[in-house]
Amino acid sequence: MAKRIDVSDLNVYYGSFKAVEGVSMTVEPRSVTAFIGPSGCGKSTFLRTLNRMHEVIPGGRVEGKVMLDDQDLYASSMDPVTVRRTVGMVFQRPNPFPTMSIYDNVAAGLRLNGVKNKKTLDGIVEQSLHGANLWNEVKDRLNKPGAGLSGGQQQRLCIARAIAVQPQVLLMDEPCSALDPISTLAIEDLVNELKSEFTIVIVTHNMQQAARVSDRTAFFNLKATGEPGRLVEIGDTTRIFNNPSERATEDYISGRFG
Amino acid sequence: MTAATDRRLPDDRVVPGDPSTPPGGRSSGDVLSEMNHPHRARAVKDVVARIVMWAAFALAMVPLVWILGTVIAKGAHMLTTSTWWTGNQRNINSDDFGGGARHAIEGTLQMVGFTALIAVPIGILTAVYLVEYGRGPLARTISFTVDILSGVPSIVAALFIYAVWVTTFGLERSGFAASLALVLLMIPVVVRSTEEMLKLVPNELREAAYALGVPKWVTVVKVVLRTAFSGIVTGVLLGIARVMGETAPLLILAPYTKNFQRDLFHGNFPTLPMMINQDRGDFALATAAERMWGAALTLIILVLLLNLIGRVIAHFGSVKK
Repeated sequence: MAKRIDVSDLNVYYGSFKAVEGVSMTVEPRSVTAFIGPSGCGKSTFLRTLNRMHEVIPGGRVEGKVMLDDQDLYASSMDPVTVRRTVGMVFQRPNPFPTMSIYDNVAAGLRLNGVKNKKTLDGIVEQSLHGANLWNEVKDRLNKPGAGLSGGQQQRLCIARAIAVQPQVLLMDEPCSALDPISTLAIEDLVNELKSEFTIVIVTHNMQQAARVSDRTAFFNLKATGEPGRLVEIGDTTRIFNNPSERATEDYISGRFG
Repeated sequence: MTAATDRRLPDDRVVPGDPSTPPGGRSSGDVLSEMNHPHRARAVKDVVARIVMWAAFALAMVPLVWILGTVIAKGAHMLTTSTWWTGNQRNINSDDFGGGARHAIEGTLQMVGFTALIAVPIGILTAVYLVEYGRGPLARTISFTVDILSGVPSIVAALFIYAVWVTTFGLERSGFAASLALVLLMIPVVVRSTEEMLKLVPNELREAAYALGVPKWVTVVKVVLRTAFSGIVTGVLLGIARVMGETAPLLILAPYTKNFQRDLFHGNFPTLPMMINQDRGDFALATAAERMWGAALTLIILVLLLNLIGRVIAHFGSVKK
Protein backbone atom coordinates (compact mmCIF):
# COMPACT_ATOMS: atom_id res chain seq x y z
CA MET A 1 0.00 0.00 0.00
CA ALA A 2 2.40 2.67 1.18
CA LYS A 3 4.67 4.36 -1.32
CA ARG A 4 7.94 6.26 -1.25
CA ILE A 5 8.10 9.91 -2.27
CA ASP A 6 11.17 11.29 -3.99
CA VAL A 7 11.41 15.03 -4.43
CA SER A 8 14.19 16.53 -6.44
CA ASP A 9 15.07 20.20 -6.72
CA LEU A 10 11.55 21.52 -6.22
CA ASN A 11 10.73 25.22 -6.47
CA VAL A 12 7.25 26.42 -5.46
CA TYR A 13 5.74 29.70 -6.61
CA TYR A 14 2.76 31.89 -5.84
CA GLY A 15 2.54 33.82 -9.11
CA SER A 16 5.97 35.37 -9.47
CA PHE A 17 6.82 34.99 -5.78
CA LYS A 18 9.10 32.05 -5.06
CA ALA A 19 7.96 30.60 -1.75
CA VAL A 20 10.10 27.48 -1.52
CA GLU A 21 13.42 26.83 -3.23
CA GLY A 22 15.45 23.80 -4.16
CA VAL A 23 13.94 21.11 -1.96
CA SER A 24 15.20 17.56 -2.46
CA MET A 25 14.21 14.81 -0.08
CA THR A 26 13.03 11.25 0.20
CA VAL A 27 10.01 10.30 2.29
CA GLU A 28 10.22 6.66 3.34
CA PRO A 29 7.17 4.40 3.06
CA ARG A 30 5.46 3.14 6.25
CA SER A 31 7.05 5.81 8.36
CA VAL A 32 6.20 9.21 9.76
CA THR A 33 8.13 12.19 8.46
CA ALA A 34 7.68 15.46 10.36
CA PHE A 35 8.23 18.92 8.87
CA ILE A 36 9.25 21.53 11.43
CA GLY A 37 10.35 25.13 11.10
CA PRO A 38 9.25 28.69 11.86
CA SER A 39 5.99 30.11 10.47
CA GLY A 40 6.09 31.20 6.86
CA CYS A 41 9.05 29.02 5.93
CA GLY A 42 7.07 27.03 3.39
CA LYS A 43 6.40 23.73 5.19
CA SER A 44 2.70 23.72 4.44
CA THR A 45 3.24 25.08 0.94
CA PHE A 46 5.71 22.30 0.23
CA LEU A 47 3.39 19.71 1.77
CA ARG A 48 0.60 20.81 -0.55
CA THR A 49 2.78 20.20 -3.59
CA LEU A 50 2.95 16.50 -2.67
CA ASN A 51 -0.68 15.97 -3.70
CA ARG A 52 -0.94 18.83 -6.17
CA MET A 53 -3.18 20.87 -3.86
CA HIS A 54 -0.86 23.84 -4.29
CA GLU A 55 -2.11 24.50 -7.80
CA VAL A 56 -5.68 24.95 -6.52
CA ILE A 57 -4.57 28.40 -5.36
CA PRO A 58 -4.66 30.93 -8.24
CA GLY A 59 -1.12 31.52 -9.46
CA GLY A 60 0.26 28.48 -7.65
CA ARG A 61 2.84 26.55 -9.68
CA VAL A 62 5.76 24.23 -9.23
CA GLU A 63 9.13 23.52 -10.87
CA GLY A 64 11.01 20.30 -10.31
CA LYS A 65 10.15 16.69 -9.83
CA VAL A 66 8.02 14.72 -7.36
CA MET A 67 8.10 10.94 -7.80
CA LEU A 68 5.68 8.58 -6.06
CA ASP A 69 7.55 5.28 -6.43
CA ASP A 70 7.98 5.34 -10.21
CA GLN A 71 5.18 7.79 -11.09
CA ASP A 72 6.00 11.40 -11.84
CA LEU A 73 3.25 13.40 -10.07
CA TYR A 74 3.83 16.42 -12.30
CA ALA A 75 4.06 14.56 -15.61
CA SER A 76 1.79 16.19 -18.19
CA SER A 77 -0.18 12.97 -18.53
CA MET A 78 -0.85 12.83 -14.77
CA ASP A 79 -4.35 13.89 -13.66
CA PRO A 80 -4.23 15.90 -10.41
CA VAL A 81 -7.49 14.22 -9.36
CA THR A 82 -5.79 10.80 -9.55
CA VAL A 83 -2.85 12.13 -7.55
CA ARG A 84 -5.16 13.32 -4.79
CA ARG A 85 -6.89 9.94 -4.65
CA THR A 86 -3.47 8.38 -4.02
CA VAL A 87 -2.15 11.04 -1.66
CA GLY A 88 -4.75 12.04 0.92
CA MET A 89 -4.71 15.10 3.15
CA VAL A 90 -5.87 16.21 6.58
CA PHE A 91 -6.08 19.94 7.21
CA GLN A 92 -5.22 22.25 10.06
CA ARG A 93 -8.81 23.02 10.99
CA PRO A 94 -11.24 20.11 11.05
CA ASN A 95 -13.46 20.57 8.00
CA PRO A 96 -16.22 17.97 7.91
CA PHE A 97 -18.90 18.64 5.29
CA PRO A 98 -21.56 20.55 7.25
CA THR A 99 -24.51 19.20 5.27
CA MET A 100 -23.55 15.57 5.78
CA SER A 101 -24.00 13.06 8.57
CA ILE A 102 -21.05 11.29 10.18
CA TYR A 103 -21.62 8.30 7.90
CA ASP A 104 -21.93 10.48 4.80
CA ASN A 105 -18.77 12.38 5.67
CA VAL A 106 -16.71 9.19 5.79
CA ALA A 107 -18.40 7.84 2.67
CA ALA A 108 -18.07 11.19 0.83
CA GLY A 109 -14.84 10.43 -1.00
CA LEU A 110 -16.22 7.16 -2.34
CA ARG A 111 -19.75 8.39 -3.02
CA LEU A 112 -18.63 11.50 -4.84
CA ASN A 113 -16.48 9.25 -6.98
CA GLY A 114 -19.41 7.06 -7.89
CA VAL A 115 -19.37 4.15 -5.40
CA LYS A 116 -23.01 3.38 -4.64
CA ASN A 117 -23.06 -0.17 -3.26
CA LYS A 118 -24.49 0.12 0.25
CA LYS A 119 -22.70 -2.98 1.54
CA THR A 120 -19.30 -1.83 0.31
CA LEU A 121 -19.87 1.63 1.80
CA ASP A 122 -21.04 0.25 5.15
CA GLY A 123 -17.94 -1.89 5.38
CA ILE A 124 -15.51 0.87 4.47
CA VAL A 125 -17.18 3.43 6.74
CA GLU A 126 -16.94 1.10 9.73
CA GLN A 127 -13.38 0.10 8.90
CA SER A 128 -12.29 3.73 8.43
CA LEU A 129 -13.93 4.87 11.65
CA HIS A 130 -12.20 2.00 13.45
CA GLY A 131 -8.99 3.09 11.76
CA ALA A 132 -9.44 6.61 13.07
CA ASN A 133 -10.28 5.37 16.61
CA LEU A 134 -13.68 6.98 16.37
CA TRP A 135 -16.01 4.02 15.87
CA ASN A 136 -16.87 3.42 19.51
CA GLU A 137 -17.73 7.07 20.06
CA VAL A 138 -20.01 7.46 17.05
CA LYS A 139 -21.36 4.02 16.18
CA ASP A 140 -24.76 4.83 17.68
CA ARG A 141 -25.15 8.15 15.93
CA LEU A 142 -23.83 7.63 12.44
CA ASN A 143 -26.75 9.58 11.01
CA LYS A 144 -26.16 12.63 13.18
CA PRO A 145 -24.43 15.65 11.57
CA GLY A 146 -20.64 15.50 11.50
CA ALA A 147 -20.44 19.13 12.55
CA GLY A 148 -22.00 18.23 15.91
CA LEU A 149 -18.90 16.37 17.11
CA SER A 150 -16.20 17.94 19.28
CA GLY A 151 -13.15 19.45 17.58
CA GLY A 152 -10.97 16.43 18.29
CA GLN A 153 -13.67 14.04 17.09
CA GLN A 154 -14.18 16.14 13.98
CA GLN A 155 -10.48 15.93 13.19
CA ARG A 156 -10.55 12.14 13.60
CA LEU A 157 -13.66 12.13 11.39
CA CYS A 158 -11.61 13.98 8.77
CA ILE A 159 -8.86 11.38 9.12
CA ALA A 160 -11.44 8.61 8.71
CA ARG A 161 -12.74 10.41 5.62
CA ALA A 162 -9.22 10.65 4.22
CA ILE A 163 -8.32 7.00 4.79
CA ALA A 164 -11.70 5.79 3.47
CA VAL A 165 -10.52 6.38 -0.10
CA GLN A 166 -7.54 4.11 0.68
CA PRO A 167 -4.67 6.42 -0.26
CA GLN A 168 -1.00 5.42 -0.31
CA VAL A 169 0.20 8.50 1.46
CA LEU A 170 -1.43 10.68 4.12
CA LEU A 171 -0.41 14.34 4.41
CA MET A 172 -1.28 16.09 7.66
CA ASP A 173 -1.05 19.86 7.85
CA GLU A 174 -0.75 20.76 11.54
CA PRO A 175 -3.62 18.40 12.39
CA CYS A 176 -3.51 19.12 16.12
CA SER A 177 -3.02 22.86 16.19
CA ALA A 178 -6.72 23.50 16.84
CA LEU A 179 -7.07 20.73 19.43
CA ASP A 180 -6.68 20.34 23.19
CA PRO A 181 -3.92 18.09 24.65
CA ILE A 182 -6.17 15.06 25.09
CA SER A 183 -7.45 15.17 21.53
CA THR A 184 -3.87 15.79 20.39
CA LEU A 185 -2.78 12.64 22.17
CA ALA A 186 -5.56 10.68 20.49
CA ILE A 187 -4.42 11.90 17.08
CA GLU A 188 -0.77 11.14 17.85
CA ASP A 189 -1.63 7.59 18.91
CA LEU A 190 -3.61 7.28 15.71
CA VAL A 191 -0.66 8.46 13.61
CA ASN A 192 1.45 5.78 15.24
CA GLU A 193 -1.06 3.11 14.26
CA LEU A 194 -1.61 4.42 10.76
CA LYS A 195 2.05 4.34 9.84
CA SER A 196 1.93 0.56 9.52
CA GLU A 197 -0.30 1.07 6.51
CA PHE A 198 0.43 4.50 5.12
CA THR A 199 3.31 6.80 4.39
CA ILE A 200 2.65 9.76 6.64
CA VAL A 201 3.95 13.31 6.38
CA ILE A 202 3.01 15.66 9.19
CA VAL A 203 3.62 19.39 9.49
CA THR A 204 3.82 20.57 13.08
CA HIS A 205 4.79 23.61 15.10
CA ASN A 206 5.12 21.50 18.17
CA MET A 207 8.63 20.10 18.42
CA GLN A 208 7.70 17.67 21.18
CA GLN A 209 5.07 16.33 18.85
CA ALA A 210 7.61 15.89 16.07
CA ALA A 211 9.90 14.09 18.50
CA ARG A 212 7.06 11.87 19.72
CA VAL A 213 5.45 10.77 16.49
CA SER A 214 8.02 10.92 13.73
CA ASP A 215 10.73 8.60 12.50
CA ARG A 216 12.37 11.25 10.40
CA THR A 217 12.32 15.02 10.74
CA ALA A 218 12.88 17.71 8.14
CA PHE A 219 13.77 21.23 9.25
CA PHE A 220 12.74 24.11 6.99
CA ASN A 221 13.86 27.70 7.35
CA LEU A 222 14.05 31.01 5.54
CA LYS A 223 17.49 32.14 4.50
CA ALA A 224 16.41 35.65 5.40
CA THR A 225 13.16 37.61 5.53
CA GLY A 226 11.69 37.88 2.01
CA GLU A 227 13.82 35.02 0.72
CA PRO A 228 12.20 31.71 -0.24
CA GLY A 229 12.03 28.94 2.32
CA ARG A 230 14.35 25.96 1.97
CA LEU A 231 15.04 22.59 3.46
CA VAL A 232 17.90 22.93 5.94
CA GLU A 233 18.30 19.29 6.79
CA ILE A 234 16.45 16.02 7.05
CA GLY A 235 17.37 12.91 9.01
CA ASP A 236 16.34 10.46 11.67
CA THR A 237 14.35 12.26 14.33
CA THR A 238 16.67 11.19 17.14
CA ARG A 239 19.67 12.52 15.26
CA ILE A 240 18.00 15.81 14.31
CA PHE A 241 16.98 16.43 17.91
CA ASN A 242 20.18 15.22 19.57
CA ASN A 243 22.92 15.88 17.12
CA PRO A 244 21.83 18.12 14.22
CA SER A 245 24.49 18.81 11.63
CA GLU A 246 23.38 22.39 10.95
CA ARG A 247 23.76 25.25 13.39
CA ALA A 248 20.34 26.69 12.38
CA THR A 249 18.59 23.43 13.27
CA GLU A 250 20.23 23.32 16.66
CA ASP A 251 19.29 26.95 17.35
CA TYR A 252 15.67 26.33 16.39
CA ILE A 253 15.30 23.12 18.35
CA SER A 254 16.94 24.48 21.46
CA GLY A 255 14.70 27.55 21.29
CA ARG A 256 17.45 30.09 20.62
CA PHE A 257 15.37 31.54 17.78
CA GLY A 258 12.00 31.12 16.12
CA MET B 1 17.70 45.60 21.28
CA THR B 2 14.89 46.48 18.89
CA ALA B 3 12.71 43.83 20.47
CA ALA B 4 13.15 45.43 23.88
CA THR B 5 12.14 48.86 22.58
CA ASP B 6 9.16 47.36 20.81
CA ARG B 7 7.96 45.70 23.93
CA ARG B 8 7.89 48.98 25.85
CA LEU B 9 5.75 50.72 23.23
CA PRO B 10 2.23 49.95 24.51
CA ASP B 11 3.01 51.42 27.96
CA ASP B 12 4.26 54.65 26.48
CA ARG B 13 1.21 55.33 24.40
CA VAL B 14 -0.06 58.83 25.26
CA VAL B 15 -3.78 59.29 25.57
CA PRO B 16 -4.78 62.06 23.13
CA GLY B 17 -6.51 65.07 24.61
CA ASP B 18 -5.22 64.45 28.09
CA PRO B 19 -2.26 66.78 28.69
CA SER B 20 -2.11 65.89 32.37
CA THR B 21 -0.73 62.47 31.55
CA PRO B 22 2.93 62.56 32.43
CA PRO B 23 5.17 61.11 29.75
CA GLY B 24 6.32 57.59 30.43
CA GLY B 25 3.73 56.56 32.96
CA ARG B 26 0.57 57.33 34.90
CA SER B 27 -0.61 56.86 38.43
CA SER B 28 -3.45 54.45 39.02
CA GLY B 29 -5.75 57.34 40.07
CA ASP B 30 -5.44 58.89 36.63
CA VAL B 31 -6.42 55.65 35.02
CA LEU B 32 -9.52 55.29 37.19
CA SER B 33 -10.81 58.81 36.59
CA GLU B 34 -10.25 58.38 32.89
CA MET B 35 -12.23 55.17 32.95
CA ASN B 36 -15.11 56.60 34.97
CA HIS B 37 -15.72 59.54 32.77
CA PRO B 38 -16.12 57.71 29.44
CA HIS B 39 -18.45 55.27 31.13
CA ARG B 40 -21.08 57.96 31.72
CA ALA B 41 -20.63 59.33 28.22
CA ARG B 42 -21.01 55.87 26.80
CA ALA B 43 -24.24 55.29 28.70
CA VAL B 44 -25.69 58.49 27.23
CA LYS B 45 -24.59 57.49 23.73
CA ASP B 46 -26.13 54.09 24.28
CA VAL B 47 -29.52 55.59 25.17
CA VAL B 48 -29.41 58.00 22.23
CA ALA B 49 -28.49 55.20 19.83
CA ARG B 50 -31.31 53.05 21.17
CA ILE B 51 -33.88 55.82 20.70
CA VAL B 52 -32.69 56.55 17.16
CA MET B 53 -32.78 52.87 16.31
CA TRP B 54 -36.28 52.26 17.62
CA ALA B 55 -37.55 55.44 15.99
CA ALA B 56 -36.13 54.35 12.64
CA PHE B 57 -37.71 50.94 13.09
CA ALA B 58 -41.09 52.40 13.96
CA LEU B 59 -40.87 54.79 11.02
CA ALA B 60 -40.09 51.93 8.66
CA MET B 61 -43.03 49.94 10.01
CA VAL B 62 -45.56 52.75 9.39
CA PRO B 63 -45.95 52.36 5.60
CA LEU B 64 -45.77 48.58 5.86
CA VAL B 65 -48.55 48.33 8.43
CA TRP B 66 -50.53 51.02 6.63
CA ILE B 67 -50.39 49.22 3.28
CA LEU B 68 -51.20 45.84 4.76
CA GLY B 69 -54.02 47.32 6.87
CA THR B 70 -55.60 49.16 3.94
CA VAL B 71 -55.39 46.22 1.58
CA ILE B 72 -56.76 43.76 4.13
CA ALA B 73 -59.52 46.11 5.25
CA LYS B 74 -60.68 46.83 1.71
CA GLY B 75 -59.96 43.55 0.01
CA ALA B 76 -60.51 40.80 2.57
CA HIS B 77 -64.23 40.33 2.11
CA MET B 78 -63.74 39.86 -1.65
CA LEU B 79 -61.65 36.81 -0.90
CA THR B 80 -64.47 35.24 1.08
CA THR B 81 -66.99 35.42 -1.76
CA SER B 82 -67.99 32.08 -3.22
CA THR B 83 -66.53 32.57 -6.69
CA TRP B 84 -63.26 34.39 -5.93
CA TRP B 85 -61.01 31.33 -5.89
CA THR B 86 -62.89 29.41 -8.59
CA GLY B 87 -64.29 31.78 -11.20
CA ASN B 88 -63.08 34.37 -13.68
CA GLN B 89 -64.31 37.77 -14.84
CA ARG B 90 -66.03 36.63 -18.01
CA ASN B 91 -69.25 38.59 -18.70
CA ILE B 92 -68.76 40.60 -15.55
CA ASN B 93 -68.88 44.31 -16.21
CA SER B 94 -67.24 46.94 -14.11
CA ASP B 95 -70.49 47.73 -12.35
CA ASP B 96 -71.25 44.10 -11.62
CA PHE B 97 -70.28 42.76 -8.24
CA GLY B 98 -67.94 39.83 -7.71
CA GLY B 99 -66.59 37.33 -10.14
CA GLY B 100 -63.45 35.32 -9.63
CA ALA B 101 -59.70 35.84 -9.74
CA ARG B 102 -58.72 32.28 -10.52
CA HIS B 103 -57.85 33.08 -14.12
CA ALA B 104 -55.42 35.79 -12.96
CA ILE B 105 -53.98 33.68 -10.13
CA GLU B 106 -53.33 30.79 -12.47
CA GLY B 107 -51.94 33.13 -15.11
CA THR B 108 -49.55 34.85 -12.71
CA LEU B 109 -48.32 31.55 -11.29
CA GLN B 110 -47.88 30.07 -14.74
CA MET B 111 -46.05 33.07 -16.08
CA VAL B 112 -43.80 33.44 -13.04
CA GLY B 113 -43.13 29.70 -12.99
CA PHE B 114 -42.11 29.79 -16.62
CA THR B 115 -39.91 32.83 -15.96
CA ALA B 116 -38.20 31.04 -13.09
CA LEU B 117 -37.71 27.95 -15.23
CA ILE B 118 -35.59 29.99 -17.63
CA ALA B 119 -34.00 32.51 -15.27
CA VAL B 120 -33.01 30.24 -12.37
CA PRO B 121 -30.69 27.86 -14.26
CA ILE B 122 -29.08 30.74 -16.16
CA GLY B 123 -28.69 32.78 -12.98
CA ILE B 124 -27.26 29.95 -10.86
CA LEU B 125 -24.88 28.76 -13.57
CA THR B 126 -23.67 32.32 -14.11
CA ALA B 127 -23.01 32.69 -10.40
CA VAL B 128 -21.19 29.34 -10.33
CA TYR B 129 -19.03 30.51 -13.20
CA LEU B 130 -18.27 33.83 -11.54
CA VAL B 131 -17.38 32.35 -8.14
CA GLU B 132 -15.88 28.96 -8.96
CA TYR B 133 -14.34 29.30 -12.40
CA GLY B 134 -14.23 32.87 -13.70
CA ARG B 135 -10.90 34.69 -13.74
CA GLY B 136 -9.72 37.63 -15.74
CA PRO B 137 -11.45 39.90 -18.25
CA LEU B 138 -14.36 37.62 -19.21
CA ALA B 139 -15.49 37.20 -15.60
CA ARG B 140 -15.11 40.92 -14.97
CA THR B 141 -17.16 41.72 -18.08
CA ILE B 142 -19.94 39.34 -17.06
CA SER B 143 -19.99 40.70 -13.53
CA PHE B 144 -20.21 44.25 -14.87
CA THR B 145 -23.01 43.26 -17.27
CA VAL B 146 -25.00 41.72 -14.45
CA ASP B 147 -24.63 44.97 -12.53
CA ILE B 148 -25.98 46.92 -15.47
CA LEU B 149 -28.81 44.46 -16.00
CA SER B 150 -29.89 44.77 -12.39
CA GLY B 151 -30.26 48.50 -12.92
CA VAL B 152 -32.42 48.24 -16.05
CA PRO B 153 -35.94 49.60 -15.41
CA SER B 154 -38.63 47.01 -16.04
CA ILE B 155 -40.26 49.10 -18.74
CA VAL B 156 -36.97 49.25 -20.66
CA ALA B 157 -36.63 45.46 -20.46
CA ALA B 158 -40.20 45.21 -21.76
CA LEU B 159 -39.53 47.60 -24.63
CA PHE B 160 -36.40 45.64 -25.55
CA ILE B 161 -38.38 42.39 -25.76
CA TYR B 162 -41.09 44.22 -27.72
CA ALA B 163 -38.49 45.46 -30.20
CA VAL B 164 -37.04 41.98 -30.64
CA TRP B 165 -40.15 39.83 -30.35
CA VAL B 166 -42.83 41.91 -32.02
CA THR B 167 -41.06 44.45 -34.21
CA THR B 168 -38.13 42.36 -35.45
CA PHE B 169 -39.53 38.83 -35.52
CA GLY B 170 -43.12 39.88 -36.13
CA LEU B 171 -44.44 37.56 -33.43
CA GLU B 172 -47.54 38.30 -31.37
CA ARG B 173 -47.74 39.74 -27.89
CA SER B 174 -48.33 36.95 -25.39
CA GLY B 175 -47.71 35.70 -21.89
CA PHE B 176 -44.48 34.18 -23.15
CA ALA B 177 -43.19 37.52 -24.44
CA ALA B 178 -43.87 39.05 -21.03
CA SER B 179 -42.06 36.09 -19.43
CA LEU B 180 -38.98 36.89 -21.49
CA ALA B 181 -38.94 40.44 -20.16
CA LEU B 182 -39.37 39.12 -16.62
CA VAL B 183 -36.43 36.76 -17.21
CA LEU B 184 -34.25 39.79 -17.88
CA LEU B 185 -35.32 41.29 -14.57
CA MET B 186 -34.95 38.09 -12.59
CA ILE B 187 -31.53 36.90 -13.78
CA PRO B 188 -29.46 39.62 -12.05
CA VAL B 189 -31.31 39.07 -8.76
CA VAL B 190 -30.61 35.34 -8.88
CA VAL B 191 -26.98 35.81 -9.96
CA ARG B 192 -26.16 38.31 -7.23
CA SER B 193 -27.82 36.42 -4.39
CA THR B 194 -26.41 33.04 -5.47
CA GLU B 195 -22.97 34.60 -5.83
CA GLU B 196 -23.10 35.88 -2.26
CA MET B 197 -24.18 32.47 -0.99
CA LEU B 198 -21.42 30.64 -2.88
CA LYS B 199 -18.83 33.05 -1.52
CA LEU B 200 -19.99 32.16 1.99
CA VAL B 201 -19.08 28.49 1.48
CA PRO B 202 -15.71 28.11 3.24
CA ASN B 203 -12.82 27.34 0.92
CA GLU B 204 -11.81 24.56 3.32
CA LEU B 205 -14.79 22.50 2.16
CA ARG B 206 -13.69 22.76 -1.46
CA GLU B 207 -10.16 21.78 -0.48
CA ALA B 208 -11.45 18.88 1.61
CA ALA B 209 -13.27 17.55 -1.43
CA TYR B 210 -10.32 18.08 -3.78
CA ALA B 211 -8.05 16.28 -1.33
CA LEU B 212 -10.35 13.26 -1.52
CA GLY B 213 -9.74 13.10 -5.24
CA VAL B 214 -13.14 14.54 -6.12
CA PRO B 215 -13.17 16.32 -9.50
CA LYS B 216 -13.90 20.02 -9.41
CA TRP B 217 -17.32 19.87 -11.07
CA VAL B 218 -18.52 17.20 -8.62
CA THR B 219 -17.21 19.32 -5.77
CA VAL B 220 -19.17 22.30 -7.06
CA VAL B 221 -22.40 20.33 -7.52
CA LYS B 222 -22.33 18.05 -4.48
CA VAL B 223 -20.47 20.13 -1.92
CA VAL B 224 -20.58 23.84 -2.78
CA LEU B 225 -24.11 24.09 -4.20
CA ARG B 226 -25.38 21.65 -1.60
CA THR B 227 -23.91 23.68 1.27
CA ALA B 228 -25.28 26.93 -0.16
CA PHE B 229 -28.66 25.37 -1.03
CA SER B 230 -30.90 27.12 1.48
CA GLY B 231 -29.38 30.50 0.70
CA ILE B 232 -29.82 29.95 -3.01
CA VAL B 233 -33.49 29.02 -2.52
CA THR B 234 -34.03 32.23 -0.59
CA GLY B 235 -32.40 34.22 -3.39
CA VAL B 236 -34.50 32.54 -6.05
CA LEU B 237 -37.67 33.35 -4.10
CA LEU B 238 -36.62 36.96 -3.74
CA GLY B 239 -36.23 37.02 -7.49
CA ILE B 240 -39.66 35.47 -8.01
CA ALA B 241 -41.25 37.90 -5.58
CA ARG B 242 -39.57 40.72 -7.45
CA VAL B 243 -41.06 39.77 -10.83
CA MET B 244 -44.44 38.61 -9.57
CA GLY B 245 -45.69 42.14 -9.11
CA GLU B 246 -43.99 43.66 -12.15
CA THR B 247 -46.57 45.43 -14.26
CA ALA B 248 -44.78 47.36 -16.98
CA PRO B 249 -43.79 44.28 -19.04
CA LEU B 250 -47.38 43.01 -18.82
CA LEU B 251 -48.81 46.34 -19.96
CA ILE B 252 -46.58 46.28 -23.01
CA LEU B 253 -46.38 42.59 -23.82
CA ALA B 254 -49.31 40.68 -22.32
CA PRO B 255 -52.73 42.30 -22.78
CA TYR B 256 -55.26 41.30 -20.14
CA THR B 257 -58.17 38.95 -20.65
CA LYS B 258 -61.07 38.26 -18.33
CA ASN B 259 -61.20 34.62 -19.39
CA PHE B 260 -59.32 31.55 -18.40
CA GLN B 261 -56.30 31.34 -20.68
CA ARG B 262 -53.75 28.62 -20.16
CA ASP B 263 -51.90 29.10 -23.44
CA LEU B 264 -48.81 31.14 -22.64
CA PHE B 265 -47.82 31.45 -26.28
CA HIS B 266 -50.90 32.83 -28.01
CA GLY B 267 -53.33 35.62 -27.33
CA ASN B 268 -54.11 37.73 -24.32
CA PHE B 269 -53.09 36.54 -20.90
CA PRO B 270 -54.66 37.15 -17.49
CA THR B 271 -52.44 38.15 -14.55
CA LEU B 272 -53.11 39.66 -11.14
CA PRO B 273 -51.26 42.95 -11.72
CA MET B 274 -53.21 43.43 -14.95
CA MET B 275 -56.46 42.60 -13.19
CA ILE B 276 -55.66 45.27 -10.61
CA ASN B 277 -54.88 47.67 -13.44
CA GLN B 278 -58.13 46.83 -15.25
CA ASP B 279 -60.30 47.51 -12.23
CA ARG B 280 -58.33 50.62 -11.33
CA GLY B 281 -59.67 52.06 -14.59
CA ASP B 282 -63.18 52.01 -13.11
CA PHE B 283 -62.15 52.84 -9.60
CA ALA B 284 -65.11 55.20 -9.17
CA LEU B 285 -67.41 52.17 -9.18
CA ALA B 286 -67.46 50.46 -5.79
CA THR B 287 -67.73 47.06 -7.48
CA ALA B 288 -64.53 47.55 -9.47
CA ALA B 289 -62.67 49.07 -6.52
CA GLU B 290 -63.52 46.09 -4.38
CA ARG B 291 -62.21 43.72 -7.00
CA MET B 292 -59.04 45.77 -7.29
CA TRP B 293 -58.33 45.58 -3.54
CA GLY B 294 -59.18 41.89 -3.57
CA ALA B 295 -56.73 41.23 -6.38
CA ALA B 296 -54.07 43.28 -4.57
CA LEU B 297 -54.52 41.27 -1.38
CA THR B 298 -54.39 38.05 -3.39
CA LEU B 299 -51.10 39.09 -4.93
CA ILE B 300 -49.64 39.88 -1.50
CA ILE B 301 -50.81 36.50 -0.21
CA LEU B 302 -49.20 34.71 -3.16
CA VAL B 303 -45.86 36.37 -2.49
CA LEU B 304 -46.18 35.57 1.21
CA LEU B 305 -47.02 31.91 0.51
CA LEU B 306 -44.05 31.67 -1.80
CA ASN B 307 -41.80 33.00 0.94
CA LEU B 308 -43.22 30.51 3.41
CA ILE B 309 -42.69 27.61 1.04
CA GLY B 310 -39.14 28.82 0.46
CA ARG B 311 -38.47 28.96 4.17
CA VAL B 312 -39.71 25.42 4.62
CA ILE B 313 -37.52 24.16 1.76
CA ALA B 314 -34.56 26.12 3.09
CA HIS B 315 -35.14 24.77 6.59
CA PHE B 316 -35.07 21.15 5.51
CA GLY B 317 -32.11 21.68 3.20
CA SER B 318 -30.04 23.78 5.56
CA VAL B 319 -26.76 22.94 7.24
CA LYS B 320 -27.44 20.55 10.09
CA LYS B 321 -26.15 21.27 13.54
